[in-house]
Amino acid sequence: MSLLDLITIAIIVFVLFNGILTAVLGVIWAERKALARLQQRVGPSRTGPSGILQTAADAIKLMLKEDVRPGSVNVVIFYLAPLLIFTPIFMLWMVLPFGPDWVLSDLGIGLFYIVAILGLSVVGHVLAGWASNNKYALLGSARNAAQLISYELPLVFAVLAVGLLAQTATDRPFSLAGIVEAQGSVPYLVIMPLGFILFLVGALAETARIPFDIPHAEEEIVGGAFVEYSGIRWGVFFLTEYAGLATMAFLATILFLGGWTGPFSDQVPILQPFYLLVKMAAIILIVFWIRAPLPRLRIDQLMAFAWKLAIPASLVNLLVVATIVWVQHQNGWELWVTSVTISVVSIVLAVATGIFIQRRREQRLRQFRQRWAQ
Amino acid sequence: MIETAILGAIGIITVAAAVGVVATRSVVYAAVFLLVSLVGVAALFLMMLAEFIALAQVLIYGGAITIVLLFAIMLTRAPEQTNVQDNAQRPLAAMACVGLFALLVAAALATPWRTRDPGADPMAEFTALSELLFSDFLIPFEIASLVLLVALIGAVVLTRSGREGA
Repeated sequence: MSLLDLITIAIIVFVLFNGILTAVLGVIWAERKALARLQQRVGPSRTGPSGILQTAADAIKLMLKEDVRPGSVNVVIFYLAPLLIFTPIFMLWMVLPFGPDWVLSDLGIGLFYIVAILGLSVVGHVLAGWASNNKYALLGSARNAAQLISYELPLVFAVLAVGLLAQTATDRPFSLAGIVEAQGSVPYLVIMPLGFILFLVGALAETARIPFDIPHAEEEIVGGAFVEYSGIRWGVFFLTEYAGLATMAFLATILFLGGWTGPFSDQVPILQPFYLLVKMAAIILIVFWIRAPLPRLRIDQLMAFAWKLAIPASLVNLLVVATIVWVQHQNGWELWVTSVTISVVSIVLAVATGIFIQRRREQRLRQFRQRWAQ
Repeated sequence: MIETAILGAIGIITVAAAVGVVATRSVVYAAVFLLVSLVGVAALFLMMLAEFIALAQVLIYGGAITIVLLFAIMLTRAPEQTNVQDNAQRPLAAMACVGLFALLVAAALATPWRTRDPGADPMAEFTALSELLFSDFLIPFEIASLVLLVALIGAVVLTRSGREGA
């Protein structure tokens, strides 16, 4: 490694970093616009065409705002916490591939890297809540840590199942580029719908999106861990949250939607990042769409859902994929036989889970009505 | 040349943070220093081209262990220890530390370290490690997870009995 290599890497990282930040501003604008349309409003419309410069203006406002620091906070950790939350999310982009050759570092164990780095941001949340010396902040960070730890499990198990399945079609099953190659023309969304749903639920919880936004819960704990932050430090938390959403959408695209593959993507390489970003935008829009009509869950409902349903379902998903891949190894099946088998079992499981949730809901409703009838 | 400089910098940060863990009076600062030190060790593994070990270090020590520590500190509302806590156990502690250090240095010097060719396929190491974990070392691996399970059940039992007694 020479000095020139280091400078080249630094320039690429700088461009990527600023690109992500700009894209995140776009995502925030898109959310405000999409949410407004879903609620029969117009949304931002004054700053620039269709209000596209609104978030840029907001960001400038946040930067110029006075950085208020309450007297009772623990200064060092108060200033350290935003950095600890911010850094891991951006470190993830090191291994995210935009195309077969468009990646900073195609790590052989990229999937494991993502799982490892994702866990680090919890430390920042916990420290932010503690350093603020505010009971709402501490409550928010405790909720955040509990939620992140609980929902990391279904997320990781879903990701693990993807790695297991990719192993049947590529010799680099834990590299993100390898997973995209392994999917070929049939995205894993078709083969593992249950895994995709579990991943999406886990991703929503990891990024604390509605209906999983109890760590913020403005009406109960006035914003959670960030309540004492102002100005650009609060802006950093906000940006990180949306960067996390973009990262999760990117991951979902790579793991379940076939990444950069699409019509003519092999002949025209410039189409590859385009397909990737279109799929990613679709996932982000689905997340906005989920947000619009749903209320926030209660914390006991959230935990019950994670531990009683999502984790067992993700374990079953992992076991099914592992068993079928093992049987394939033993019997030397064709690849498509494995795919179809997993697909059928996964769809049956997803439907069964849906019916289970529905029956449980009716049961709870009956209990509720009986209690109120007395 | 640059590698040596980076290696030296990581080493200094790791050791300085480790000193910070024992030197600071605040338990939360100690936890943060510990995080820095553990991530520094992960960076050392990375410099030795042991990507998997480095990431496992970040995942287990950087993520899980530090969070459990912070949780224990914050939720038990341990008072900030500002006054010096000192007692007659100092010589004992020093002996234990020096003994452990000597043991570790002896083990490090006695181990025939295997260097890896930078061009080698990292996946091969990863696969070999996982195969060993699930064949020759399956029983120690499972016992380690059993110990964690026992600790988990113990924690549940302890907190629940406390609630019933209240």
